[in-house]
This record gives sequence, structure tokens and C-alpha cells, in this order.
Amino acid sequence: METDLGLWAVPIAMLGGAIRVSTPILFVSLGETLTERSGRINLGLEGTLVFGAMSGYALAVMTGSPWLGVIAAAITGALFGLVHGLICSLPKVNDIAIGIAMMLLGMGLAFYFGKPFIQPVAPDLPAIPLGWWSDLPQVRAALQVNVLFLIGLVAAGVLWWMLKATKIGLTLRVVGDSTDAARALGLTPSLVRTLATAAGGAFAGIGGAYLSLYYPGSWNEGISSGQGLMAVALVIFARWNPIACVGAAMLFGAAGALGPALQTIGVSSGYYLFYAAPYVLTLGVLIATSSPTQALSGAPGELSINK
Amino acid sequence: MSDRTIAAPAGGGLSPDGLLAGIARRSEAVLIPLGALLIGLAIFSLFLLTQGKSPAEYFALVYKAGFGTAFSWQNTLSRTAPLLLAALCVALPARLGLTVIGGEGAIVLGGVAVGALALPLSGFPAVIAIPVFLAAGALAGGLWIGAVGALRHWRGVNETIASLLMAYIAIALMNHLVEGPLRDPASLNKPSTHPLPDALRIGNIPGWDVHWGLVAGIVACIVSWVLIDRTTLGFAARVAGGNVRAAQVQGLPVGKLIVGFTALGGAFAGLAGAFEVAAVQGSANASLAAGYGYTGILIAFLARHNPLAIIPVAILLAGFEASSGLVQRRMGLPDASTLVLQGIVFTVILISDTAYGRWKLFSPERWRS
Repeated sequence: METDLGLWAVPIAMLGGAIRVSTPILFVSLGETLTERSGRINLGLEGTLVFGAMSGYALAVMTGSPWLGVIAAAITGALFGLVHGLICSLPKVNDIAIGIAMMLLGMGLAFYFGKPFIQPVAPDLPAIPLGWWSDLPQVRAALQVNVLFLIGLVAAGVLWWMLKATKIGLTLRVVGDSTDAARALGLTPSLVRTLATAAGGAFAGIGGAYLSLYYPGSWNEGISSGQGLMAVALVIFARWNPIACVGAAMLFGAAGALGPALQTIGVSSGYYLFYAAPYVLTLGVLIATSSPTQALSGAPGELSINK
Repeated sequence: MSDRTIAAPAGGGLSPDGLLAGIARRSEAVLIPLGALLIGLAIFSLFLLTQGKSPAEYFALVYKAGFGTAFSWQNTLSRTAPLLLAALCVALPARLGLTVIGGEGAIVLGGVAVGALALPLSGFPAVIAIPVFLAAGALAGGLWIGAVGALRHWRGVNETIASLLMAYIAIALMNHLVEGPLRDPASLNKPSTHPLPDALRIGNIPGWDVHWGLVAGIVACIVSWVLIDRTTLGFAARVAGGNVRAAQVQGLPVGKLIVGFTALGGAFAGLAGAFEVAAVQGSANASLAAGYGYTGILIAFLARHNPLAIIPVAILLAGFEASSGLVQRRMGLPDASTLVLQGIVFTVILISDTAYGRWKLFSPERWRS
């Protein structure tokens, strides 16, 4: 039974929406953090996200297992990252431009191979009802948390620890801050960067699988509409810190949930303007956190947006 | 440059300064993109083979539907118009070292601007209304992309990400306006703005089934080439694109150059949207976001941001797009195959950046060594 919550319905729906909408953004931004920490930008994660959504959905339809879909999405994502990483290892090749090309290619391939999967229905990923303690159906709906969101939270913590306290993290940071220093230490910067881009691609692929297998939970060509790109912009806002990525992704999830949340209390005019809220917020954050004179604090030294 | 260069004698066909040397230097910029394009098409052919389709049939159909008859040429040239203008929105900022990829947003807003003026200007004669339409479209696009340049210069905001985000915002704005304040109540299935009266529609070039946007696009390319290659302003822009600090030390107005070039590029893209509404669609609606802005990115990179080279490249890609319907019907290939082709060609073109300066043939300085 629906209980009338009045205006309270909006923040509750936004909380639920923040958890639901933020998961793919969280995964992409974690992946991009890993890649950018190694000194490269992969703008193609938008295409990887869409291809991950398609391949995950397709495999879930064919095998009946959403988890096999997630694994397939991670593998295809890693392949896209690997291609980006290998191409960028060639001299004089621009990583941002390659990202744009890979974005188009990823979307093109996803639309091409995804045509037969628009109709069939794939099994959903499971969710955990964390709202069991409440009698309010709205609260229960909001706290229906998907397993992948929790995995994303754990991954953020692990990445943070890895970057800070492990040898892999140190290697990544050295390569990201100075190619010359890394060479002097006997590291191979282009190999490290290629692996970091492949790992980043795998994260983005998983984010895509979440889109098609949980929320919105179907495969179509407009499934991402820029979420991968927003996540890349968010990494700057999160200052290349995996834990901060969680907060940033939640904020953007909430912004994305604003339109649907207002609809629940009957505000339906200006739907398309609310729909644009996450893009406007991303742009605003980008403007607020950029600086014309100095390199961004916490930014890896080899990153091309700082040069 | 090596020591051997100095030792090489001047004059004569095989010297670094001769006619042959000039041809060799210039041919690098033509042969490498051409080679990359062919390799891209070869990879796409392999892709078709893996799908059990015949590349020969594909290219024959593209030729037939894009360039085979007078009718198909007119179809191709009609699609060329917006592509020329969209590519300039990438090529002009590129002279300053900026990668602007949000031309789609300027196209959409340029079209909406014309749609919004349809009703207020319906009583005016065409000689007044049409220039106002075009100016409004150019202004909308120019302000939109000029803002990207301003954010880049004065706030240090990455122009690639910002312009693409703004494209999504522009499309949302269009949807809001077309479904809300600007909606023609008579447009039921496909929400649109009020249609332009027939008298105010931009017609075709006499004797052709191609609208005037093609002429505008070609003129815009020539003007852009003159601006970049033959004026001090263009020279200043190239200096600033090479090294911002050096340009500032020289006293060049880097900020004004950035905003000016991005705004001009945006104005051209806005003009593309204005022509789409005033000459093709008749009213502004969701079909404005047809992806011309994204194809324009590929065209500009293929043309190495040279406005004159944009003309043949745009015609070629327009031919591929014009044939997509026929290819779909005859070969059962999804329309996304054009996007796959573009993605592959784009990737190979960017990889070919690594080939410059690698072959002795193209650098006369090294011929004798």
C-alpha cells in the first residue's frame, strides 16, 4: 500500500535513485582513475560502457546467467582498453583523439551486434532488500540495493589501498607522474599504461552490464547517453581518488534521479530540463574545479590535460 | 636536422629546395591520410567478410547509391552541406590546438533558433526573413561553441569534455523547447516547432535538386582556408596553437583568438542546423540531432583540419551515408555498419599520425644520406 509522504517522497526517491543511477558512473570513474593515474586519458569509455551493456545483455540472454553477462562485459571492456592502450603506445599518437575514435567504434559495434538483442528479455542481476526494517514501500524501494553497487564500494576501497600502499600502486603512480623517473627505475611506462587502460576498460564494461542487466535493465541504443563521458569528467572532480569517486558518483546519481523523483509527486513539466541536470552539474563542477593558471592538485604529472 | 643537410648542395631537381622536393614534402600530407583511408576500408572489408557479406557488393552499392547517377549525386551533395559546416566546427578550433567535438549541439541550437522564428517572421518577405534565419542560427551556434572556447581560455576547462557535455545539454534544451514552449499543437506524432511558410523556405540551386546550403558550405570552407592560410589572424592562431606561452610573449591576443575561432566554428555548425530547418525539414524537431556533428569530427581529422581538403572528404563520407539505406535493404546490414566503418577509419587515421616523418621519401633533407 502506498503511503502519502508528501514532499518527503522526493529526497527518499533521490536517495534510491542515487544508489541506482550512480553504479555505472562509479565503475567508469574507478576505471578511468586507474587509467589516468598511469598518465593516460581514455575518453573512449563511453563506447566501452555501451559495448559492455550490449555484450553483457547478449550473453545473459544466451546463457540465462546475468553474472556470465557481467564477466563477458568485463572481458570486452578490457579488450577495448587494451586496443586503446596499444595504439597510444605508438609515438606521436594523441590519446584524447584515439578516445574519441574508440567511442564511435565502440558504439558502432555495439549497435551493429546489438540489433538482435533489443527484443529478448535477459535475467536481471539480483538486488538485496536493505529496507526490510521499514514499513514504507517508498523506503523499501529506495533501499533495494544491487550487488554490483556493493562490489563497486569494495572496489573503491581496494583501489584506494592499492594505490596508496602496494607496489602495483607505487608503480602506477611513478609512471603517471614522470615517464623519465619510471624509465630510470627500470619500468616500462607504455606497458604499465596499456595494462592500466585495459583494467580501466574492464571496469567500464562492468558498469555497462549494470545498465542493461539491472537499471534501466534492458538493451537499447540510447542506454548510456553520455554517462561514460560524465564519469570521465568526474574523475577530475574526485581528484583521482577512488574513495572520492564514490561520493562524486552518488552526487551525480542523485542529480540524475531528480527528474523521476519530481514526477512521483506530480511535477512533470520541464521533464527534459531535469533530464539535463547531471550534464549541467558535471559542467558546473568542471568549471569550478578547473584552473587556467596552475596544474590541478593531485593530478598525475604526465596527464595530457595538464600540459 | 642532421649535419648532412648542410652539406647538401642547393638547386636542382633532387636538392632539398627543388621542385621535386616541394612535391615530396606536400605529398606526405596527402599520401599518408589516403593510405590510412584505404587501410581502414580494407579492415572494414575484413569485418564484412566475418559477417558473411561481400565487400565487393558493399562498395558497388555505395558507388551506385552515392555517386552512380545524377540522382545519387544530388542525394550525396544534399548531405554534404551540413557535413562541410560541421567539419569546420572541428577544423577551425584545431588550428589553436583545441579538440572541440560538440558541434552537434551547435547544429541543434541553430536549427531551433530558426524554428523559434518561424511564427514571428511569418509575415515578412523572404529577402528579410531568410537572412535573419541564417544569422540567428549562426549566432546560436557561435555563442554555444564560443562559450566552450571562453571556458577553455579563462577557466582552463577541458574543451573536449565540455563541448560534448554541452551537446547533450543542447539536445535536452531542444527537446524541452520542441515539446513545450515552441511546440506546434498541430504536430501530434512528432513534436515540432511551427512550420516555416513555404514562401520562407530556402529553395534549391537552379537546375539541381540540392539546396543552397551546399554553396554556403563550400564558401565557408574557402573563407576558412583564406583566413587560416592567407591572413595574419590565421598565422597568429597557428602560432598560438603551437605554443600558447610563446604566443603570449609575442603579445598575441590568445584569448580573443581562441574565442573567435571557436565561435566562428560554432557559427558554421549553427548555420548547418539553420539550413536543415529552413531548407530540408521545414520545422525544428528531434531529427536535427542526426549525427552530422559526429561525422564532421571524422571529416576534419581525415582532412587534417585543412578547410579545402574538407570539401572532397565530406563528399566522400556523404556518399557513404547516402547509400546506407540501399545497403540496409539489399544486404541486410544494420544502419550501424556506417558507424562501424567510420569508427574503423577514424582509428586508423589517428594511428597514421605515427607515420609522419618516418620515410625518407617525404623529407628531401635526408635524400642524400
